[in-house]
Amino acid sequence: MELQAVLMAAGGGSRMTDLTYNTPKAMLPVGNKPLMWYPLNLLERVGFEEVIVITTREVQKMMSSDSKNKLDVKLKLDVVCIQEDGDMGTADALRHIQEKIKTDILVVSCDLITDVALHEVVDLFRAYNATLAMLMSKAHEFTETVPGQKGKKKTAEQRDFVGVDQSGKRLLFMANEADLEDGLSIRKSIVRKHPRMHIKTGLVDAHLYCLKKAVVDFLVDNKSISSIRGELVPYLVRKQFSKTTNSQKIKDDAEDQNQKKSDGPTNNELLISSRDEPLLQLAQERSCWNDHRGDMSEAYHGGKLRCYVHIMDEGPCYRFIIYSFVILGACHLIMFVSLLSFPYQAPKLCEEPAVHPSAVISERCQMGSDSIIGAMCQVADKTSIKRSTIGNSTTVKEKVKVTNSIIMHGVTIEEGCNIQGSVICSNAVIGRGADLKYCLVGNGQRIEAEGE
Amino acid sequence: IYVGSFTEGPGYKDVIERAKSEGRELTKEEKQRLRKEKKQQKKSKEKKDDKASQDGEKQKKPVSSASPAPQPPTQAPTQKGDSVLHLSSPPVSRDCNQSAVSPSAPPAVPAPVPVPASETPPPGDKPAKSKAELKAERRARQEAERASKQGKKGEVGQQVATGKPKAPPSELQPVVKRLPEHIQVDNPEVLKKLAKKLERQQIPLRSDYGYKVSLFSHLHQYSRKAPLTQQLSIPSTVIHPAIVRLGLQYSQGIVAGSNARSVALLHAFKQVIRDYTTPPNEELSRDLVNKLKPYISFLNQCRPLSASMGNAIKYIKKEISNIPSQCKEEEAKSKLLTCIECYINEKIILAAKAIAKSSIEKISDGDVILVYGCSSLVNHILCEAFEKNRKFRVIVVDSRPRLEGREALRRLVQRGISCTYVLISAVSYILPEVSKVFLGAHALLANGYVMSRVGTSQIALVAKAFNVPVLVCCETYKFCERVQTDSFVSNELDDPDDLIVTRKGKTQLEHWQDVTSLGLLNLVYDVTPPDFVDLVITDLGMIPCTSVPVVLRVKNVDQ
Repeated sequence: MELQAVLMAAGGGSRMTDLTYNTPKAMLPVGNKPLMWYPLNLLERVGFEEVIVITTREVQKMMSSDSKNKLDVKLKLDVVCIQEDGDMGTADALRHIQEKIKTDILVVSCDLITDVALHEVVDLFRAYNATLAMLMSKAHEFTETVPGQKGKKKTAEQRDFVGVDQSGKRLLFMANEADLEDGLSIRKSIVRKHPRMHIKTGLVDAHLYCLKKAVVDFLVDNKSISSIRGELVPYLVRKQFSKTTNSQKIKDDAEDQNQKKSDGPTNNELLISSRDEPLLQLAQERSCWNDHRGDMSEAYHGGKLRCYVHIMDEGPCYRFIIYSFVILGACHLIMFVSLLSFPYQAPKLCEEPAVHPSAVISERCQMGSDSIIGAMCQVADKTSIKRSTIGNSTTVKEKVKVTNSIIMHGVTIEEGCNIQGSVICSNAVIGRGADLKYCLVGNGQRIEAEGE
Repeated sequence: IYVGSFTEGPGYKDVIERAKSEGRELTKEEKQRLRKEKKQQKKSKEKKDDKASQDGEKQKKPVSSASPAPQPPTQAPTQKGDSVLHLSSPPVSRDCNQSAVSPSAPPAVPAPVPVPASETPPPGDKPAKSKAELKAERRARQEAERASKQGKKGEVGQQVATGKPKAPPSELQPVVKRLPEHIQVDNPEVLKKLAKKLERQQIPLRSDYGYKVSLFSHLHQYSRKAPLTQQLSIPSTVIHPAIVRLGLQYSQGIVAGSNARSVALLHAFKQVIRDYTTPPNEELSRDLVNKLKPYISFLNQCRPLSASMGNAIKYIKKEISNIPSQCKEEEAKSKLLTCIECYINEKIILAAKAIAKSSIEKISDGDVILVYGCSSLVNHILCEAFEKNRKFRVIVVDSRPRLEGREALRRLVQRGISCTYVLISAVSYILPEVSKVFLGAHALLANGYVMSRVGTSQIALVAKAFNVPVLVCCETYKFCERVQTDSFVSNELDDPDDLIVTRKGKTQLEHWQDVTSLGLLNLVYDVTPPDFVDLVITDLGMIPCTSVPVVLRVKNVDQ
């Protein structure tokens, strides 16, 4: 088997407490499907047959029981539960399932919505015999206002600096602005090997990683690393240019388990050795290919550890992330994005009609083709629904104008309401004549009639 | 060029007269072809194809008419015609025997022979397609293209039949040696067969890209931006992951060079063998070979197999089939793995050492050696010679778009050899300084031609003009039974977008596909005739180019 897929669905969504009050992040409905459905659909389309899902018990219960949230994927899901409140990072989770991992892995986060051609990432992994291959995307500008947002977006401190080489594929440098105290410093050895480096800041990390099995073994030995994105990836990127990985004696060191291990990094773990290393070496020597030119060193500068990144230029790639520190901010951004693009892309991502067949929509309703209506909805006369997502079992009465909004399941909207740019969570009731602009209505809330 | 005018009986006399007036050139080819046809018809006496027999008969009749006892023309079936031949034309058969020994010797039979209905030689006729036939083929093909082309036609669909006056091969020879698929891309039936075969093996078909120059429309042309893995499922289950990896590396050019490709292939096969388990009711010797077939098709789709890879695959298949059936699986697998290691060791590593040893004798102090592109073997030789303290300097000739010379330059300079770097356009300016030319080879063909990177034949030609000795270094495992006299029939077309270059921010060829009269051609190989090569250095010793068939024969006897 070539690759095993691992879906990380245990995240708490700590920055979206309002929305995640009742539903864990993995099950939040986006475009009327639970969030987790999107990465699973991506994996299924590409040809995976089984996925290891790491999640909490709550999500597992929801997955199996709730028909509203059913995940109709044909994949075989191997669900592994971890403690919800435990402080388990993604790397810790990998360590937890270490016995199940037999080959190289593809780690996907549950909050990734994209239609990337996955073979681009995996081809980098295969062709260059890389240790890590990841996916990044150019961030999209959001022009819509986000409901419930208080205060300015503090994006400046959260910039990620990503350095790639001239071809745009090899990952040379990765650091978060928060970790850099007084400036960006790049080691001379990197610059000597790759004199032309492009440093990009506007990239979104999709949290999709292809990792070699040796990395998982390394994680088992090095319990200090707890997060893939936060610690493992920067470590691997730094390690590409570290002097110790290039020497031959490391092989003997690591095989000799009696050696006392220092805190991980120096004692090498990351043995990318296959049993036929000499043959591969011979093939590489005889091959007239080099990944760079201009200096005297051989391909890859003799380094065995390589990290590659595929940067998507176009196409949707969204994550529920860390755009702003504002408590309610983050996911709304994505909700909005989903608003803006979902209706256009939903047919691509989920091959279902935008309007669910069981919805009852009266004739005098004006509904643009850019909206999604869920199952069992009832939309009455003289309503106007533009660029919105309406969840399952929602009732929309007459003369309601819904624009640019997300309305989740089981919501009742009384007559004459005007809802603009808002997010209305499940089971809320909006009273008659209410006028909501850029609001966030929590679960089960009730908005009084004529409210604003 | 006669179009089927042979079906009528009495018309052949005119034909003979016409043929007489055509001149000597045709007769030699005709006789060679006739000899072959006769041999093939001998093999297939049972098949009664009337038209073929008529044609064959008509051809033989004039020949037999040349002999002392002419026979009246009859509409007799093949058998009779054959017997007629046997009885009445001993001179022709003697000539046949002669020709078997020395294919290039002209026949002694003086009688003129009409051009048969097919102006192209039978498809299986690999040896020596003469220039006239090829020109005729090309002309016919171009006419066909002009007639059927409307605007830009990218891939397939050039109707072979329209312009060509040739009778289908089955009419002429019931038993025909098939042309390999990869040089018949413009024939839709062949493509259909290929598509079916790939479908059976569950391998995606890679589609051709871009407009192909008409002379090479019979070859595949793929784009590097559309790798075959796009159509495969990601955890590839049908094809072993090591093979997918290898195919990707081939198509992206990461593993390039004859030796490197063979070594990488054998490495991948080792992994396949290691992961292989015999299914319950099968035998390893038969099943493993069947398992390898789709992998080989896949690799072929990624990049056409090289001659060295072909030989390696033949060797492995032979080794696998020779495994005795009572052998246990573990034992068989370890035996195969050691066989592979032995092969690499003997044919590549030790051969390189032997060749280096012989070549060092040819390198004297004060030499100026010219090399072309990046041949792993030539680089190895030069490095070894430098270690043995020979004083020489090297001129590295390079060519676009691959610019492999830069890599060769790097390897040599790293060792301390003083080098000069020129592009191939400067080769005639630099040759007066050169004392020897060392060339690497992709394959050595059975008629002594050297198949190597495109540009090699130019270098050999210019070197010959300057009277500079040309030495080709090639291991014996690259010797191949194919015969080719030109670079058109069988070649490889690389991605045409490689030719596009951006200078000062401007890319002139960016939209080359929109220009209907423009085609980009990126050839990979060319063949150098043996007259330009002075010596071939192999692990068996230093041999002249024309002794290659002898080596092949010896190898076959050994095996």
